[in-house]
Amino acid sequence: MKRILTHTTTILAAALLASCGGKGSGEGKPAGISLQNIGSDTMVNLAQAWAEAYAHAVPGVSVEVSGGGSGIGVAALINGTCDIANSSRKLEKEEEEKATAKYEGKHPTEHQVGWDALAIYVHPSNPLNEISIEQLSEIYKEGGKINKWSELGIAAPGGTDEIVRASRQNNSGTYHYFREAVVGKKNDFKAGSRDMNGSKEVVELVAGTPGSIGFSGIGYRTDKVKVLKVSKKTGEPAVEPGIRSTLDKSYPISRPMFMYTPPAAKPEVESYIKWILSAPGQKLVIENGYIPLEAFAPKDAK
Amino acid sequence: MISSRSKLSLYGEKAIEWLIRICGVSAIIFVFAIFFFLFREGAPILREPGFNLWRFLTSTEWYPTSMSNVRYGTFALIAGTLSVTGVAMLIAVPFGLGAAVFVSEFCTGKLRESLKVIIELLAAIPSIVWGFIGLTVMNPLIQTVFHVQVGLNVLNAALLLALMSIPVMVSIGEDALKAVPDSYREGALALGATRWQVIYRILLPAAKNGLLAAVLLGVGRAVGETMAVLMATGHAVNVPHSIFDSVRTLTATIAAELGEASQGSPHYRVLFLIGILLFTLTFIVNLVADLVVRGINRK
Repeated sequence: MKRILTHTTTILAAALLASCGGKGSGEGKPAGISLQNIGSDTMVNLAQAWAEAYAHAVPGVSVEVSGGGSGIGVAALINGTCDIANSSRKLEKEEEEKATAKYEGKHPTEHQVGWDALAIYVHPSNPLNEISIEQLSEIYKEGGKINKWSELGIAAPGGTDEIVRASRQNNSGTYHYFREAVVGKKNDFKAGSRDMNGSKEVVELVAGTPGSIGFSGIGYRTDKVKVLKVSKKTGEPAVEPGIRSTLDKSYPISRPMFMYTPPAAKPEVESYIKWILSAPGQKLVIENGYIPLEAFAPKDAK
Repeated sequence: MISSRSKLSLYGEKAIEWLIRICGVSAIIFVFAIFFFLFREGAPILREPGFNLWRFLTSTEWYPTSMSNVRYGTFALIAGTLSVTGVAMLIAVPFGLGAAVFVSEFCTGKLRESLKVIIELLAAIPSIVWGFIGLTVMNPLIQTVFHVQVGLNVLNAALLLALMSIPVMVSIGEDALKAVPDSYREGALALGATRWQVIYRILLPAAKNGLLAAVLLGVGRAVGETMAVLMATGHAVNVPHSIFDSVRTLTATIAAELGEASQGSPHYRVLFLIGILLFTLTFIVNLVADLVVRGINRK
């Protein structure tokens, strides 16, 4: 949809840039350089915020951000069509090999730029307040036993007992992370989940559907959905996703957010990443609802 | 002077003749080129060990990115495409052909002109806009009217597809009805036929080829539509049991997954195989229609 469209236009733009880049970059004028930043849908709003703030901080460098999913970003990195790839998961071994082959034996550089707590969303009318990883797994995995709200011991929200599962399309880093952390790496998702095309769509579906449950980045939290506390095992104390609980790992489903850059990146790319890893960049992480790196976390944060 | 000029015009004539011929043949070339390209990208998967064409067509398990057990079953996707298209046609055919009859036979003057413009305007709405309408307007509407959990389902997508294919049907259908000579109408009326009898017994049979073509173009539009159904079906791999179930279509699967599938990987090839499947589906629809039309003509 719009994601795919923006992606296509980015590819076109990138292709155009690549075709005329030879002339432009040779003249060596720093003004008017544009960096392509593609990837993770979880990170797209944050990346946009960084790009806008950076445009004020360092005029002359514009960062063009598009989403599509971590898989799209990584593919762009491998194909050499972006300067920075956003990914809400680590590079897979196979991808690492492909990227290294593309860059003549040199590895792409990994920068951790923050953390995301993967939030479990339900409708505000849902009486449920907490859920365990085990229960989530039974709800989402192929062959899992929980299909009805009554099986979690609560009255059916909105009058229908069936659990409507919102999930993500399979090029999403969130989808991969959720499979690894909750469903089990060796398992698959139960068929019939609504595979939404963006982090925001998951939250929107949950907001409009009383009997639904969904997972998405904490940065997409709105007033129209309820965020559940999550425990590792049923019966253990459940933890609310927040800055402290993510950094001390007591919230069980959080993950690092990465930016990958090609081995011999432009100097502008390096100074951009440096800026993101400094105080002004990390402040935006908090403002967008995500979790900053330890050194930049406010001392009084929850 | 005169002879050289006529020679020139002779060459000019030849050149234009060739140009037109190339235009005509190019359609055939394009179709074959597309078919060739689809096969070149998709066919190697057929030779891959562990790939079973029968399972590809009949299994409902679509797990292209599984870490432990990759399964490429498209039955649920085929069922998704067919259910959405089928329901869309149940809605669109009566409305589309009815509107064509109304515009062609009952309307005159200003009403007719403005109706035609408005219907054509309907055809100009981009499919992504239809998708947004499905997501933001139809979804809550279906939820409240039918008291179902999720409004992103077969009915939602079918309504959108019906609205998208009706303009095509009306335009082509109206042309087909207009092509029936007025003498048929005059003759029927002179024999004392009522208006209903003229339409039902004379016009519809006389224009049946054109009307069938109108319906088929509508079907083609519905089968091939991607963006609107991607947004409105709920995108769930699921064999529907009612029109309120979420489904996923073949086209939406290609759109959502091709961006990531790395070139040449089995997943990539299977997506191209789905493309071949879609191509074959529309080809069969066209072929059947062609045979039906010929059958009718022979009688």
